[in-house]
Amino acid sequence: MTTVAPRKPWAATPADRLRDLAIFLLSAVLSYLVVAVTPAKGKLAYVGLFFIFYSVASGIAGWIKFGRRSAADLFIKTLIGLMAFVTVLPILSILTTVIAKGYRGINLNIFKTDMSLNAPTDPLNVGGLLHAITGTVILVSVALVLSVPLGILTALYITEVKGRFTKPIKFLVQAMSGVPSIVAGLFILSAVLYPITKAYSGFMASLALTILMIPTIARTSEEVLKLIPNDLREAGVALGGTQWRTVAMIVLPAARSGLMTAVILGIARIAGETAPLLLLSGGGDKVNPNPFHDPMGSLPYYIWKSFNAGSPEAITRAWAGLLVLITIVLILFTAARLLSTRKVK
Amino acid sequence: MSTVPAPRELTTRPRLSDRVFRRVVTAGGLSSLVILGLITVFLAYRGVEVLRQEGFNFITKSNWSITTDDAGNVVESHFGLAAMLVGTILCSAVAVVIALPISVATALYLNFYAPPWLKKFLIAVIDMMAAFPSILFGIWGFLVLMPSIEYWAKLLNRYLGFVPVFHVDAYVFTRSPFVAGVILAIMIIPIITSVSREVFSQAPLDRIQAAYALGATRWGMIKAVVIPHGRSGVIGGAMLGLGRAMGETVAVFTVLNIVFQVNWHVLFGVGGNVASLIILKFGEASPYEIKALMAAGLVLFVLTLLVNAIADLIVKTTGKSGK
Repeated sequence: MTTVAPRKPWAATPADRLRDLAIFLLSAVLSYLVVAVTPAKGKLAYVGLFFIFYSVASGIAGWIKFGRRSAADLFIKTLIGLMAFVTVLPILSILTTVIAKGYRGINLNIFKTDMSLNAPTDPLNVGGLLHAITGTVILVSVALVLSVPLGILTALYITEVKGRFTKPIKFLVQAMSGVPSIVAGLFILSAVLYPITKAYSGFMASLALTILMIPTIARTSEEVLKLIPNDLREAGVALGGTQWRTVAMIVLPAARSGLMTAVILGIARIAGETAPLLLLSGGGDKVNPNPFHDPMGSLPYYIWKSFNAGSPEAITRAWAGLLVLITIVLILFTAARLLSTRKVK
Repeated sequence: MSTVPAPRELTTRPRLSDRVFRRVVTAGGLSSLVILGLITVFLAYRGVEVLRQEGFNFITKSNWSITTDDAGNVVESHFGLAAMLVGTILCSAVAVVIALPISVATALYLNFYAPPWLKKFLIAVIDMMAAFPSILFGIWGFLVLMPSIEYWAKLLNRYLGFVPVFHVDAYVFTRSPFVAGVILAIMIIPIITSVSREVFSQAPLDRIQAAYALGATRWGMIKAVVIPHGRSGVIGGAMLGLGRAMGETVAVFTVLNIVFQVNWHVLFGVGGNVASLIILKFGEASPYEIKALMAAGLVLFVLTLLVNAIADLIVKTTGKSGK
C-alpha cells in the first residue's frame, strides 16, 4: 500500500526561497551602489535605502506573481517591519551607549565613597556615588511605605467595594497618572515645604514621588485583582466569612505575586524621576541616612549635577551614574516580569 | 431544665468589621481625588496673586522679567508664558506627528505580523523602554542623537524650506524644538504602541476571518476591519502621548535652547517649554517669582489634565463599540 505524503501548497518552495534571497541581495547591492554614487552618506543612508529597495522589490515580485493587491500587501508588510525596527533602534542605541561610556566610570571605589570632598570634575579615581545610591534607596523606600497602602486601597475600592465612586475614581487615577512630575514637585513645595518645614529634605522628595507612584500601583493592582476568579470570593462568603476576611485571607494572598509586580513597576517608574528631586531634595554630596533632616543626594540628582558640570570626567561620571540607575531599573523590571508570568493559583 | 438558646439574629446589615473595612478602603480610594484637589487648590492659592496682576497677559505675552530694589522688594515684574506655551505645543506636536505612524505600525506588526516568540520579546522590550528614566533620554539625546537629528533638520530645511514651519531665520539647527520633539517622540512611542496594540487586539475575530474568507490579503483585512475598529482608540492613545510629552521636564530642558521668544519654526534653535521654564528659573527665583512659577505649574497641570481626560474618554468609548 502506498501512502500519500501530505502536500503543503502554502509552504514556500525552494524557488520561492531563492527568489526571496535574490530580492534581498539585489536590494543590498542597489543600496550600496546608490550610496557609492550619490552624495548620500552614512549608516542611516544604507539602512534607509535598503529598506526602500527591499519593499519596492518585494512589491514588484508580488505584482508579477499575484497582481496589484499582493504588491500592496508585500510593500506594506516590509514598511511595517521597518517601523517596528525603528521602534527598537533607540533602545539598542541607549543600552549600548550607556554601557560603552559608563563602564569607564565604574570601579569598586565609587560604591564606597561619596562626593563630600570632591567636585564632579575631579579625576575618576576619587569620589563616588555611595551617597546617591543610599539616597535613592531611602527616597524610594519612604515613598513605598506611603504609596503602597494608598495604591492598593484604591484598587480594592474599584474591584471589591465597588461603591458609587468607582467610576470617578477610575477616571481620577487615570488623570493622576498623567500629572507631570514637575507639578507634583511644585505642589509639595507650595503645600508642605514653604508653609511647614521650610527646608529641603529627602522626605519632601519622597512625598512628591508618592504622588507619582500611586496611580501606577493602583492601576496594576486593579488589573491583577480583576484576574482573581470570582469563585474564590464566593467560596469565602459561603463559608461564612465577612467581606473583610474574604479580602484579607483569600483575595489578597491569591494576588500576592501580582501585587508584588505592581509595587516593583511603581518603583521602576519613580527610581529615575528627576524633576521633583531638583526642586525638593536639596541634593547633598554627603551620605545622609536621615530623610527628615538636611539635603539628601540621589542618583538622578548626581547624574544631573555631573552632566551639568560639563568636563569630560564629569560626563563620564554621569554615564556611570546612568549605568548604575539603568541596571537597577532593569533588575526591577525583570523581577516584575518573572513574578507576573507565574500563574494565579 | 435546659434553656433554649436565644435565636440567632438574622440581618443583612454588614458587621462592624465590614463597615470599618469599607470605610477604610473608601477613604484610601478617595486619596486620588483628595490629592488632585489639593494640587489645584494649593497651586491656585500660591499663584493667584500673579495671575490677578498679569491677567490675560500671563498667557499672551512672552517677557519674563523681575526687578527688585536692594531691600528685595519687587519694583517691576512681567510674567508671560506665551513663548513657553507655544514651545510646549510645538515640541509635543512634533513628537506626536513622528511617534504616531511608527507606533501604529509597530502595534500592527506585533498583532498581525510578528512570530509569537518575537512578539513576546518585543512587548517586553517596549514596556521596558517606558520605564527608562527621562534624564537618560535627555542625556542620550543631547550627546548621541542630536548630531544626526541636526543632519535631518538640515535636509528638511534644504528641500522643504519653502514650507513656513521648516523656515529658519538664522542657520542654527542645534537645540531646536525639532530635536526636543524627536526625543519626546522616542519617549512616547511605548505609550502609544501599547494603547494601539490593546485596541487592535480587540478587533472582532469573526470579521477578521470573514475578510480572509472573502480573499482579502493581510493588508486588505487590516484596512477593512482593524483600522476602522481601532481608529478612535489610536487617537486616544496619541492624546495620552501628547499629555505625557507636554509635561516632560528634564529631557526637554537638557536639549532645548530656552529663549523667551515666540517661535513657530520647528527647526530653528530657539524654543521653550513650561515645565523646563520652572526648572530653569527655580534656582535663583525670588519669593514673588516662585509664585509666578506656581501659576505656570497650574497652567501646565490644567492643560495636561484636560488632554488626559479627553484621551481617557476617547479610549473608553472605543473599547465597547464594534462588537
